[in-house]
Amino acid sequence: MKPFSRHALASIVVAFTTVVMIGCSGSGTTSTGGGGGGGSTSNVQTMTINAGPAGGYVDGAFTSVTVCVPGSTTNCQTVDGILVDTGSSGLRMLSSALTITPTQQKDSSGDAIGECVPFVDGFTWGAVQTVDMTIAGEEAKSLPIQVINSNFSSIPNSCSSNGSPENDLADLGANGILGVGNFPEDCGGGCTENGGANPGLYYACPGQTCTVTTESIADQVQNPVVLFATDNNGVVIKLEAVTGAEASVSGSLIFGIGTQSNNALGSATVYTVDPSDGNFSTTFKGVLYDDESFLDTGSNGLYFLDSNTTGMPTCNDLPFLYCPTTTQSFSATNQAYPSGATGSINFVVGNGDTLTANQNDAAINGLGGPGSSTPSFPIAFDWGLPFYFGRTVYTAIYGQNTPAGAGPYVAY
Amino acid sequence: MKSTIICGIFALLSFPFPAAASLGGDVSSVQADVAKMQATLQTTSSDSYTIHEMQTPTGIAVKEYASVAGKVFAVTWKGPMHPDLRQLLGPYFQQFVQAEQAERTQRHGHGPVLIQQAGLVVQVTGHMRSFAGRAYVPQMVPAGVQIGDIR
Repeated sequence: MKPFSRHALASIVVAFTTVVMIGCSGSGTTSTGGGGGGGSTSNVQTMTINAGPAGGYVDGAFTSVTVCVPGSTTNCQTVDGILVDTGSSGLRMLSSALTITPTQQKDSSGDAIGECVPFVDGFTWGAVQTVDMTIAGEEAKSLPIQVINSNFSSIPNSCSSNGSPENDLADLGANGILGVGNFPEDCGGGCTENGGANPGLYYACPGQTCTVTTESIADQVQNPVVLFATDNNGVVIKLEAVTGAEASVSGSLIFGIGTQSNNALGSATVYTVDPSDGNFSTTFKGVLYDDESFLDTGSNGLYFLDSNTTGMPTCNDLPFLYCPTTTQSFSATNQAYPSGATGSINFVVGNGDTLTANQNDAAINGLGGPGSSTPSFPIAFDWGLPFYFGRTVYTAIYGQNTPAGAGPYVAY
Repeated sequence: MKSTIICGIFALLSFPFPAAASLGGDVSSVQADVAKMQATLQTTSSDSYTIHEMQTPTGIAVKEYASVAGKVFAVTWKGPMHPDLRQLLGPYFQQFVQAEQAERTQRHGHGPVLIQQAGLVVQVTGHMRSFAGRAYVPQMVPAGVQIGDIR
Protein backbone atom coordinates (compact mmCIF):
# COMPACT_ATOMS: atom_id res chain seq x y z
CA MET A 1 0.00 0.00 0.00
CA LYS A 2 1.59 3.26 -1.03
CA PRO A 3 -0.34 6.16 0.42
CA PHE A 4 1.02 8.98 -1.67
CA SER A 5 0.50 7.53 -5.10
CA ARG A 6 -2.88 6.22 -4.03
CA HIS A 7 -3.79 9.71 -3.06
CA ALA A 8 -2.99 10.92 -6.54
CA LEU A 9 -5.18 8.18 -7.93
CA ALA A 10 -7.88 9.20 -5.48
CA SER A 11 -7.98 12.73 -6.84
CA ILE A 12 -8.57 11.49 -10.33
CA VAL A 13 -11.29 9.13 -9.23
CA VAL A 14 -12.94 11.83 -7.13
CA ALA A 15 -13.07 14.14 -10.10
CA PHE A 16 -14.51 11.41 -12.27
CA THR A 17 -17.00 10.28 -9.66
CA THR A 18 -18.27 13.75 -9.00
CA VAL A 19 -19.26 14.05 -12.61
CA VAL A 20 -21.08 10.75 -12.89
CA MET A 21 -22.32 10.30 -9.36
CA ILE A 22 -25.38 12.43 -9.45
CA GLY A 23 -28.38 11.04 -11.21
CA CYS A 24 -32.00 12.01 -10.74
CA SER A 25 -34.42 9.22 -10.72
CA GLY A 26 -37.62 8.17 -9.08
CA SER A 27 -36.75 4.52 -9.05
CA GLY A 28 -33.95 2.28 -7.95
CA THR A 29 -31.91 2.79 -11.05
CA THR A 30 -28.31 3.64 -10.53
CA SER A 31 -25.51 5.57 -12.02
CA THR A 32 -22.23 3.85 -12.55
CA GLY A 33 -18.71 5.08 -12.28
CA GLY A 34 -15.72 5.23 -10.00
CA GLY A 35 -17.89 4.88 -6.93
CA GLY A 36 -19.32 1.71 -8.38
CA GLY A 37 -21.99 -0.45 -6.96
CA GLY A 38 -25.61 -0.55 -7.85
CA GLY A 39 -28.34 -2.36 -9.65
CA SER A 40 -31.62 -3.72 -8.49
CA THR A 41 -34.20 -6.39 -9.03
CA SER A 42 -36.87 -7.18 -6.45
CA ASN A 43 -35.19 -7.25 -3.04
CA VAL A 44 -31.64 -7.63 -4.32
CA GLN A 45 -29.17 -4.77 -4.46
CA THR A 46 -25.80 -5.19 -6.12
CA MET A 47 -22.70 -4.33 -4.13
CA THR A 48 -19.20 -3.95 -5.45
CA ILE A 49 -15.93 -4.22 -3.59
CA ASN A 50 -13.94 -1.53 -5.31
CA ALA A 51 -11.84 1.56 -4.66
CA GLY A 52 -14.88 3.62 -3.70
CA PRO A 53 -15.63 7.24 -4.59
CA ALA A 54 -12.51 8.62 -2.88
CA GLY A 55 -10.32 6.06 -4.62
CA GLY A 56 -7.90 3.66 -3.01
CA TYR A 57 -10.36 2.07 -0.59
CA VAL A 58 -9.45 -1.49 0.36
CA ASP A 59 -12.08 -4.06 1.33
CA GLY A 60 -15.14 -1.85 1.33
CA ALA A 61 -18.54 -2.90 -0.08
CA PHE A 62 -20.16 -0.08 -2.02
CA THR A 63 -23.68 0.32 -3.32
CA SER A 64 -26.13 3.06 -4.25
CA VAL A 65 -29.31 4.43 -2.74
CA THR A 66 -32.01 6.69 -4.16
CA VAL A 67 -33.22 9.47 -1.90
CA CYS A 68 -36.12 11.84 -2.50
CA VAL A 69 -37.42 14.88 -0.69
CA PRO A 70 -40.20 13.33 1.47
CA GLY A 71 -43.39 13.00 -0.54
CA SER A 72 -41.79 13.82 -3.86
CA THR A 73 -41.31 11.35 -6.69
CA THR A 74 -39.38 13.79 -8.88
CA ASN A 75 -37.10 15.64 -6.48
CA CYS A 76 -34.85 12.63 -6.19
CA GLN A 77 -31.25 11.62 -6.53
CA THR A 78 -29.34 8.37 -6.79
CA VAL A 79 -26.05 8.42 -4.96
CA ASP A 80 -23.48 5.69 -5.36
CA GLY A 81 -20.30 5.03 -3.43
CA ILE A 82 -22.30 4.26 -0.28
CA LEU A 83 -20.44 1.95 2.12
CA VAL A 84 -22.51 -1.02 3.32
CA ASP A 85 -21.91 -1.40 7.07
CA THR A 86 -23.26 -4.21 9.23
CA GLY A 87 -21.42 -2.69 12.21
CA SER A 88 -23.75 0.30 12.47
CA SER A 89 -27.38 1.19 11.92
CA GLY A 90 -28.77 4.09 9.91
CA LEU A 91 -28.15 5.90 6.63
CA ARG A 92 -25.57 8.71 6.65
CA MET A 93 -24.74 10.76 3.59
CA LEU A 94 -22.22 13.48 2.95
CA SER A 95 -23.92 16.81 2.46
CA SER A 96 -21.49 17.41 -0.39
CA ALA A 97 -22.87 14.37 -2.22
CA LEU A 98 -26.45 15.62 -2.12
CA THR A 99 -28.09 17.84 -4.70
CA ILE A 100 -31.57 17.51 -3.21
CA THR A 101 -32.50 19.25 0.04
CA PRO A 102 -33.92 16.79 2.55
CA THR A 103 -36.32 17.98 5.26
CA GLN A 104 -34.60 19.24 8.41
CA GLN A 105 -35.82 17.55 11.58
CA LYS A 106 -36.75 20.02 14.31
CA ASP A 107 -37.71 19.73 17.95
CA SER A 108 -40.87 21.17 19.52
CA SER A 109 -39.15 24.54 19.90
CA GLY A 110 -38.36 24.64 16.21
CA ASP A 111 -34.64 24.07 16.76
CA ALA A 112 -32.81 22.02 14.16
CA ILE A 113 -31.66 18.58 15.32
CA GLY A 114 -28.04 17.62 14.80
CA GLU A 115 -26.17 14.44 15.52
CA CYS A 116 -22.70 13.32 16.52
CA VAL A 117 -22.02 9.65 15.88
CA PRO A 118 -19.03 7.86 17.39
CA PHE A 119 -17.26 5.37 15.14
CA VAL A 120 -14.28 3.26 16.11
CA ASP A 121 -11.86 5.54 14.25
CA GLY A 122 -13.52 8.93 14.76
CA PHE A 123 -16.91 10.58 14.50
CA THR A 124 -19.39 12.02 12.00
CA TRP A 125 -21.23 15.30 12.64
CA GLY A 126 -24.19 16.77 10.83
CA ALA A 127 -27.91 17.41 10.62
CA VAL A 128 -30.74 14.94 11.15
CA GLN A 129 -32.95 15.21 8.09
CA THR A 130 -35.62 13.05 6.51
CA VAL A 131 -35.83 11.53 3.04
CA ASP A 132 -37.85 8.89 1.24
CA MET A 133 -35.26 6.24 0.46
CA THR A 134 -35.52 3.56 -2.22
CA ILE A 135 -33.19 0.63 -2.71
CA ALA A 136 -33.83 -2.48 -4.80
CA GLY A 137 -37.53 -1.66 -4.98
CA GLU A 138 -37.81 -1.35 -1.18
CA GLU A 139 -39.01 1.98 0.20
CA ALA A 140 -38.30 3.62 3.55
CA LYS A 141 -40.55 6.67 3.70
CA SER A 142 -39.81 9.64 5.96
CA LEU A 143 -36.53 8.05 6.95
CA PRO A 144 -34.43 10.08 9.42
CA ILE A 145 -30.83 10.09 8.20
CA GLN A 146 -27.68 11.91 9.20
CA VAL A 147 -26.52 14.45 6.64
CA ILE A 148 -22.82 14.69 7.43
CA ASN A 149 -21.63 18.28 7.32
CA SER A 150 -18.90 19.89 9.42
CA ASN A 151 -20.50 23.29 8.71
CA PHE A 152 -23.85 22.35 10.20
CA SER A 153 -23.45 24.56 13.31
CA SER A 154 -20.17 24.50 15.21
CA ILE A 155 -19.04 21.02 16.14
CA PRO A 156 -19.49 20.87 19.92
CA ASN A 157 -16.47 19.98 22.06
CA SER A 158 -18.42 17.05 23.45
CA CYS A 159 -18.58 15.70 19.88
CA SER A 160 -15.00 16.30 18.79
CA SER A 161 -13.92 14.61 22.04
CA ASN A 162 -14.64 11.33 20.21
CA GLY A 163 -11.45 11.67 18.17
CA SER A 164 -10.85 12.60 14.54
CA PRO A 165 -13.57 13.95 12.23
CA GLU A 166 -14.86 11.83 9.32
CA ASN A 167 -16.96 14.54 7.75
CA ASP A 168 -15.68 14.68 4.19
CA LEU A 169 -15.02 12.33 1.30
CA ALA A 170 -11.32 11.97 2.07
CA ASP A 171 -11.90 10.95 5.69
CA LEU A 172 -15.04 8.89 5.15
CA GLY A 173 -13.81 7.18 1.97
CA ALA A 174 -17.44 7.02 0.85
CA ASN A 175 -20.34 9.26 -0.13
CA GLY A 176 -22.26 7.78 2.75
CA ILE A 177 -22.71 4.81 5.05
CA LEU A 178 -25.66 2.44 4.82
CA GLY A 179 -25.84 0.97 8.33
CA VAL A 180 -27.76 -2.30 8.16
CA GLY A 181 -26.64 -3.79 11.47
CA ASN A 182 -28.44 -5.58 14.28
CA PHE A 183 -30.34 -2.58 15.63
CA PRO A 184 -33.41 -0.69 14.42
CA GLU A 185 -31.89 2.72 15.25
CA ASP A 186 -28.45 4.09 16.01
CA CYS A 187 -28.68 5.07 19.67
CA GLY A 188 -31.61 3.44 21.44
CA GLY A 189 -33.17 4.14 24.82
CA GLY A 190 -30.26 6.12 26.28
CA CYS A 191 -30.82 9.02 23.91
CA THR A 192 -34.41 9.42 25.09
CA GLU A 193 -33.25 10.14 28.67
CA ASN A 194 -32.61 13.44 30.37
CA GLY A 195 -29.42 14.21 32.26
CA GLY A 196 -26.21 12.26 32.66
CA ALA A 197 -27.61 8.96 31.39
CA ASN A 198 -27.99 10.45 27.91
CA PRO A 199 -24.94 9.46 25.84
CA GLY A 200 -25.22 12.72 23.92
CA LEU A 201 -25.59 11.73 20.27
CA TYR A 202 -28.41 14.15 19.49
CA TYR A 203 -28.21 17.93 19.72
CA ALA A 204 -30.65 20.82 19.52
CA CYS A 205 -29.19 23.61 17.40
CA PRO A 206 -30.97 26.94 17.60
CA GLY A 207 -27.99 28.57 15.88
CA GLN A 208 -24.29 27.93 15.75
CA THR A 209 -24.29 26.51 19.27
CA CYS A 210 -25.75 23.06 19.83
CA THR A 211 -26.58 21.39 23.11
CA VAL A 212 -27.32 17.74 23.86
CA THR A 213 -31.01 16.95 23.64
CA THR A 214 -33.33 13.99 24.03
CA GLU A 215 -34.50 12.21 20.90
CA SER A 216 -37.37 9.73 20.74
CA ILE A 217 -36.68 6.27 19.36
CA ALA A 218 -38.81 6.97 16.27
CA ASP A 219 -37.04 10.24 15.51
CA GLN A 220 -33.56 8.71 15.79
CA VAL A 221 -31.65 7.82 12.65
CA GLN A 222 -33.25 4.53 11.64
CA ASN A 223 -31.93 1.36 10.10
CA PRO A 224 -33.84 1.84 6.81
CA VAL A 225 -34.72 -1.86 6.64
CA VAL A 226 -37.18 -1.63 9.55
CA LEU A 227 -39.21 0.96 7.65
CA PHE A 228 -39.68 -1.25 4.58
CA ALA A 229 -43.24 -2.56 4.09
CA THR A 230 -41.88 -6.08 3.66
CA ASP A 231 -38.46 -7.76 3.89
CA ASN A 232 -37.95 -5.66 7.02
CA ASN A 233 -36.42 -8.10 9.51
CA GLY A 234 -32.81 -8.04 8.37
CA VAL A 235 -30.41 -8.39 5.48
CA VAL A 236 -28.42 -11.07 3.73
CA ILE A 237 -24.97 -10.33 2.36
CA LYS A 238 -23.46 -12.56 -0.30
CA LEU A 239 -19.98 -11.95 -1.61
CA GLU A 240 -17.97 -13.92 -4.12
CA ALA A 241 -14.98 -15.83 -2.84
CA VAL A 242 -11.66 -14.04 -3.22
CA THR A 243 -8.23 -15.60 -3.39
CA GLY A 244 -5.49 -13.16 -2.56
CA ALA A 245 -6.07 -9.74 -4.07
CA GLU A 246 -8.36 -8.72 -6.92
CA ALA A 247 -9.29 -5.41 -8.51
CA SER A 248 -12.96 -5.77 -7.63
CA VAL A 249 -15.60 -8.35 -6.86
CA SER A 250 -19.35 -8.11 -6.74
CA GLY A 251 -21.95 -9.27 -4.31
CA SER A 252 -25.56 -8.93 -3.28
CA LEU A 253 -27.33 -7.13 -0.47
CA ILE A 254 -30.61 -8.98 -0.11
CA PHE A 255 -33.37 -7.56 2.05
CA GLY A 256 -35.39 -9.73 4.43
CA ILE A 257 -34.66 -13.07 6.07
CA GLY A 258 -36.97 -15.95 5.19
CA THR A 259 -39.43 -13.60 3.52
CA GLN A 260 -38.77 -14.69 -0.07
CA SER A 261 -37.23 -17.64 -1.86
CA ASN A 262 -33.92 -15.82 -2.23
CA ASN A 263 -33.34 -15.06 1.46
CA ALA A 264 -34.18 -18.32 3.25
CA LEU A 265 -31.88 -19.30 6.10
CA GLY A 266 -31.43 -22.79 4.65
CA SER A 267 -28.66 -24.60 6.49
CA ALA A 268 -27.12 -21.46 8.01
CA THR A 269 -26.27 -21.62 11.71
CA VAL A 270 -27.92 -18.94 13.83
CA TYR A 271 -25.73 -17.19 16.41
CA THR A 272 -27.74 -15.04 18.77
CA VAL A 273 -25.92 -11.87 19.81
CA ASP A 274 -25.94 -9.73 22.94
CA PRO A 275 -29.14 -7.66 22.62
CA SER A 276 -27.38 -4.65 24.15
CA ASP A 277 -24.47 -4.43 21.72
CA GLY A 278 -24.62 -7.11 19.01
CA ASN A 279 -21.62 -9.14 20.16
CA PHE A 280 -21.18 -12.91 20.30
CA SER A 281 -18.23 -14.97 21.57
CA THR A 282 -15.14 -16.51 19.99
CA THR A 283 -12.69 -19.10 21.25
CA PHE A 284 -9.20 -18.86 19.79
CA LYS A 285 -6.22 -20.96 20.87
CA GLY A 286 -8.18 -22.21 23.87
CA VAL A 287 -9.10 -18.78 25.20
CA LEU A 288 -12.73 -17.65 25.26
CA TYR A 289 -13.37 -14.06 24.17
CA ASP A 290 -16.72 -13.74 25.85
CA ASP A 291 -19.21 -11.30 24.31
CA GLU A 292 -16.33 -9.61 22.45
CA SER A 293 -16.80 -10.78 18.87
CA PHE A 294 -18.69 -9.21 15.95
CA LEU A 295 -19.23 -9.35 12.20
CA ASP A 296 -18.67 -6.00 10.49
CA THR A 297 -18.53 -5.28 6.77
CA GLY A 298 -17.42 -1.77 7.78
CA SER A 299 -14.08 -3.04 9.11
CA ASN A 300 -11.71 -3.64 6.23
CA GLY A 301 -9.87 -6.64 7.69
CA LEU A 302 -9.93 -9.33 10.33
CA TYR A 303 -8.68 -7.54 13.42
CA PHE A 304 -7.88 -9.75 16.38
CA LEU A 305 -5.47 -10.15 19.27
CA ASP A 306 -1.80 -9.30 19.02
CA SER A 307 1.50 -10.53 17.65
CA ASN A 308 2.37 -12.49 20.77
CA THR A 309 -0.86 -14.45 20.75
CA THR A 310 -1.11 -15.03 17.00
CA GLY A 311 2.60 -15.54 16.36
CA MET A 312 2.50 -13.10 13.44
CA PRO A 313 4.65 -9.97 13.27
CA THR A 314 3.06 -6.68 12.30
CA CYS A 315 4.11 -4.93 9.09
CA ASN A 316 6.92 -2.40 9.29
CA ASP A 317 5.20 0.29 7.25
CA LEU A 318 1.65 -0.61 8.21
CA PRO A 319 1.85 -1.62 11.89
CA PHE A 320 -1.91 -2.08 12.05
CA LEU A 321 -1.64 -5.11 9.72
CA TYR A 322 -0.08 -8.52 10.23
CA CYS A 323 2.86 -9.44 8.00
CA PRO A 324 3.53 -13.18 8.28
CA THR A 325 6.18 -14.40 5.82
CA THR A 326 3.73 -16.99 4.50
CA THR A 327 -0.05 -17.01 4.64
CA GLN A 328 -1.20 -18.41 7.96
CA SER A 329 -4.26 -20.62 8.41
CA PHE A 330 -6.20 -20.44 11.65
CA SER A 331 -9.23 -21.99 13.22
CA ALA A 332 -11.51 -20.40 15.79
CA THR A 333 -14.86 -21.30 17.28
CA ASN A 334 -17.72 -18.84 17.25
CA GLN A 335 -20.41 -19.17 19.87
CA ALA A 336 -23.83 -17.63 20.25
CA TYR A 337 -24.32 -15.18 23.09
CA PRO A 338 -25.15 -15.87 25.88
CA SER A 339 -25.25 -19.53 24.84
CA GLY A 340 -26.41 -21.71 22.00
CA ALA A 341 -24.89 -22.60 18.67
CA THR A 342 -21.17 -23.09 18.24
CA GLY A 343 -19.26 -23.61 15.05
CA SER A 344 -15.64 -23.71 14.01
CA ILE A 345 -14.39 -21.29 11.45
CA ASN A 346 -11.26 -21.42 9.33
CA PHE A 347 -9.61 -18.27 8.08
CA VAL A 348 -6.34 -17.06 6.65
CA VAL A 349 -4.13 -14.07 7.25
CA GLY A 350 -1.58 -13.12 4.63
CA ASN A 351 1.22 -10.61 4.41
CA GLY A 352 -0.30 -7.14 4.60
CA ASP A 353 2.53 -5.49 2.70
CA THR A 354 2.40 -7.99 -0.16
CA LEU A 355 -1.39 -8.10 -0.35
CA THR A 356 -1.69 -4.32 -0.65
CA ALA A 357 1.30 -3.87 -2.97
CA ASN A 358 -0.81 -3.54 -6.13
CA GLN A 359 -2.72 -0.29 -5.83
CA ASN A 360 -5.36 -1.49 -8.26
CA ASP A 361 -6.48 -4.27 -5.93
CA ALA A 362 -9.47 -3.29 -3.82
CA ALA A 363 -10.76 -6.75 -2.81
CA ILE A 364 -8.26 -8.54 -0.62
CA ASN A 365 -8.72 -11.80 1.22
CA GLY A 366 -6.40 -12.49 4.13
CA LEU A 367 -6.07 -8.89 5.26
CA GLY A 368 -5.71 -8.94 9.03
CA GLY A 369 -4.23 -7.00 11.87
CA PRO A 370 -3.91 -6.73 15.63
CA GLY A 371 -7.24 -6.17 17.31
CA SER A 372 -6.16 -3.91 20.11
CA SER A 373 -6.60 -6.82 22.43
CA THR A 374 -4.65 -9.43 24.32
CA PRO A 375 -5.79 -12.51 26.23
CA SER A 376 -5.68 -10.39 29.40
CA PHE A 377 -7.61 -7.54 27.79
CA PRO A 378 -9.98 -9.21 25.31
CA ILE A 379 -11.82 -6.20 23.97
CA ALA A 380 -12.69 -7.28 20.43
CA PHE A 381 -12.52 -10.02 17.81
CA ASP A 382 -13.46 -8.04 14.72
CA TRP A 383 -14.57 -10.20 11.77
CA GLY A 384 -14.40 -7.58 9.06
CA LEU A 385 -15.22 -7.70 5.38
CA PRO A 386 -12.88 -10.59 4.44
CA PHE A 387 -15.05 -12.82 6.65
CA TYR A 388 -17.87 -12.32 4.14
CA PHE A 389 -15.92 -13.47 1.06
CA GLY A 390 -17.45 -16.67 -0.29
CA ARG A 391 -20.17 -16.67 2.35
CA THR A 392 -23.85 -15.89 2.75
CA VAL A 393 -24.24 -13.95 6.00
CA TYR A 394 -27.52 -12.97 7.68
CA THR A 395 -27.99 -10.02 10.03
CA ALA A 396 -31.31 -10.10 11.90
CA ILE A 397 -32.55 -6.91 13.50
CA TYR A 398 -33.41 -6.59 17.19
CA GLY A 399 -37.07 -7.29 17.87
CA GLN A 400 -37.95 -8.27 14.30
CA ASN A 401 -39.43 -11.73 13.76
CA THR A 402 -37.77 -14.22 11.45
CA PRO A 403 -38.26 -17.95 10.79
CA ALA A 404 -35.47 -18.57 13.35
CA GLY A 405 -37.05 -16.36 16.00
CA ALA A 406 -36.68 -12.69 16.74
CA GLY A 407 -33.46 -10.78 16.18
CA PRO A 408 -30.86 -9.82 17.04
CA TYR A 409 -28.69 -12.54 15.60
CA VAL A 410 -26.19 -13.25 12.87
CA ALA A 411 -26.22 -16.44 10.81
CA TYR A 412 -23.96 -17.99 8.21
CA MET B 1 -29.11 12.88 48.02
CA LYS B 2 -25.64 12.38 49.41
CA SER B 3 -24.16 11.43 46.05
CA THR B 4 -25.74 14.49 44.47
CA ILE B 5 -23.99 16.71 46.99
CA ILE B 6 -20.64 15.00 46.45
CA CYS B 7 -21.06 15.30 42.72
CA GLY B 8 -21.82 18.99 43.13
CA ILE B 9 -18.70 19.52 45.21
CA PHE B 10 -16.58 17.80 42.60
CA ALA B 11 -18.04 20.05 39.96
CA LEU B 12 -17.19 23.15 41.97
CA LEU B 13 -13.71 21.93 42.78
CA SER B 14 -12.96 21.05 39.19
CA PHE B 15 -14.21 24.30 37.77
CA PRO B 16 -11.09 26.38 38.49
CA PHE B 17 -8.90 23.69 36.90
CA PRO B 18 -10.37 23.16 33.46
CA ALA B 19 -7.05 22.02 32.02
CA ALA B 20 -6.66 19.22 34.55
CA ALA B 21 -4.94 16.41 32.70
CA SER B 22 -5.63 12.74 32.92
CA LEU B 23 -3.18 10.55 31.03
CA GLY B 24 0.27 11.79 32.00
CA GLY B 25 -1.19 14.05 34.64
CA ASP B 26 -1.24 14.12 38.39
CA VAL B 27 -3.44 11.64 40.18
CA SER B 28 -5.42 14.59 41.53
CA SER B 29 -6.82 15.02 38.01
CA VAL B 30 -8.88 11.89 38.59
CA GLN B 31 -11.33 14.04 40.51
CA ALA B 32 -11.76 16.32 37.52
CA ASP B 33 -12.50 13.31 35.35
CA VAL B 34 -15.03 11.97 37.84
CA ALA B 35 -16.79 15.33 37.80
CA LYS B 36 -16.65 15.76 34.04
CA MET B 37 -18.02 12.29 33.40
CA GLN B 38 -20.47 12.42 36.32
CA ALA B 39 -19.02 9.09 37.32
CA THR B 40 -18.85 7.01 40.47
CA LEU B 41 -15.36 6.15 41.71
CA GLN B 42 -13.80 3.04 43.17
CA THR B 43 -10.13 2.74 44.03
CA THR B 44 -7.95 -0.36 44.36
CA SER B 45 -4.24 -0.45 45.04
CA SER B 46 -1.36 -2.83 44.40
CA ASP B 47 2.33 -2.44 45.25
CA SER B 48 3.20 -0.49 42.14
CA TYR B 49 0.02 1.36 41.18
CA THR B 50 -3.48 2.43 42.11
CA ILE B 51 -6.48 1.84 39.85
CA HIS B 52 -9.18 4.51 39.90
CA GLU B 53 -12.23 2.86 38.37
CA MET B 54 -15.09 5.06 37.25
CA GLN B 55 -18.53 4.13 36.02
CA THR B 56 -20.42 6.78 34.06
CA PRO B 57 -24.23 7.00 34.04
CA THR B 58 -24.10 6.11 30.34
CA GLY B 59 -22.50 2.75 31.16
CA ILE B 60 -18.87 3.43 30.32
CA ALA B 61 -16.27 1.87 32.63
CA VAL B 62 -13.06 3.92 32.79
CA LYS B 63 -9.91 2.90 34.64
CA GLU B 64 -7.02 5.23 35.34
CA TYR B 65 -3.74 3.68 36.46
CA ALA B 66 -1.67 5.90 38.74
CA SER B 67 1.90 5.17 39.83
CA VAL B 68 3.08 5.31 43.41
CA ALA B 69 4.56 8.69 42.48
CA GLY B 70 1.03 9.88 41.73
CA LYS B 71 1.15 10.06 37.92
CA VAL B 72 -1.54 8.58 35.64
CA PHE B 73 0.43 6.34 33.24
CA ALA B 74 -2.42 4.43 31.60
CA VAL B 75 -6.17 4.53 31.03
CA THR B 76 -8.65 1.97 29.71
CA TRP B 77 -12.34 2.19 28.83
CA LYS B 78 -15.22 -0.01 27.76
CA GLY B 79 -18.84 0.83 27.04
CA PRO B 80 -21.52 1.72 24.50
CA MET B 81 -19.79 5.01 23.57
CA HIS B 82 -16.32 6.48 23.73
CA PRO B 83 -15.69 8.36 26.98
CA ASP B 84 -14.69 12.04 26.70
CA LEU B 85 -11.29 11.32 25.17
CA ARG B 86 -10.26 14.99 25.28
CA GLN B 87 -10.65 14.84 29.04
CA LEU B 88 -9.22 11.36 29.46
CA LEU B 89 -6.16 11.70 27.22
CA GLY B 90 -5.51 15.26 28.35
CA PRO B 91 -2.31 16.65 26.77
CA TYR B 92 -2.10 13.62 24.47
CA PHE B 93 -5.51 14.18 22.87
CA GLN B 94 -4.34 16.23 19.87
CA GLN B 95 -1.51 13.80 19.22
CA PHE B 96 -4.06 10.99 19.30
CA VAL B 97 -6.45 12.76 16.89
CA GLN B 98 -3.68 13.45 14.37
CA ALA B 99 -2.36 9.90 14.55
CA GLU B 100 -5.86 8.44 14.21
CA GLN B 101 -6.49 10.47 11.07
CA ALA B 102 -3.09 9.59 9.61
CA GLU B 103 -3.65 5.90 10.23
CA ARG B 104 -7.05 5.99 8.54
CA THR B 105 -5.43 7.50 5.44
CA GLN B 106 -2.78 4.80 5.46
CA ARG B 107 -5.31 2.02 6.06
CA HIS B 108 -7.46 3.01 3.07
CA GLY B 109 -10.53 1.98 4.99
CA HIS B 110 -12.06 1.81 8.42
CA GLY B 111 -10.99 -0.39 11.28
CA PRO B 112 -9.77 -0.40 14.86
CA VAL B 113 -7.18 2.18 15.83
CA LEU B 114 -3.67 1.10 16.77
CA ILE B 115 -1.33 3.97 17.49
CA GLN B 116 2.15 2.95 18.55
CA GLN B 117 4.42 5.94 18.85
CA ALA B 118 7.52 6.18 21.00
CA GLY B 119 5.74 8.37 23.51
CA LEU B 120 2.15 7.21 23.18
CA VAL B 121 0.24 4.00 22.63
CA VAL B 122 -3.51 4.13 21.96
CA GLN B 123 -5.74 1.23 20.98
CA VAL B 124 -9.43 1.70 20.16
CA THR B 125 -11.74 -1.00 18.93
CA GLY B 126 -15.39 -1.94 18.60
CA HIS B 127 -18.44 -0.76 16.70
CA MET B 128 -21.63 1.24 17.26
CA ARG B 129 -22.96 0.51 20.79
CA SER B 130 -19.77 -1.33 21.84
CA PHE B 131 -16.42 0.39 22.15
CA ALA B 132 -13.26 -0.22 24.15
CA GLY B 133 -9.80 1.22 24.33
CA ARG B 134 -6.52 1.49 26.13
CA ALA B 135 -3.90 4.24 26.18
CA TYR B 136 -0.57 4.51 27.96
CA VAL B 137 2.65 6.45 27.94
CA PRO B 138 5.42 3.81 27.70
CA GLN B 139 8.03 5.91 29.51
CA MET B 140 5.71 6.43 32.46
CA VAL B 141 4.80 2.79 33.03
CA PRO B 142 6.46 1.83 36.35
CA ALA B 143 9.20 -0.80 36.23
CA GLY B 144 7.82 -4.28 36.71
CA VAL B 145 4.32 -3.48 35.43
CA GLN B 146 3.34 -5.63 32.45
CA ILE B 147 1.28 -4.03 29.69
CA GLY B 148 -1.03 -7.02 29.96
CA ASP B 149 -1.85 -5.85 33.49
CA ILE B 150 -3.40 -2.69 32.06
CA ARG B 151 -6.88 -3.84 31.25
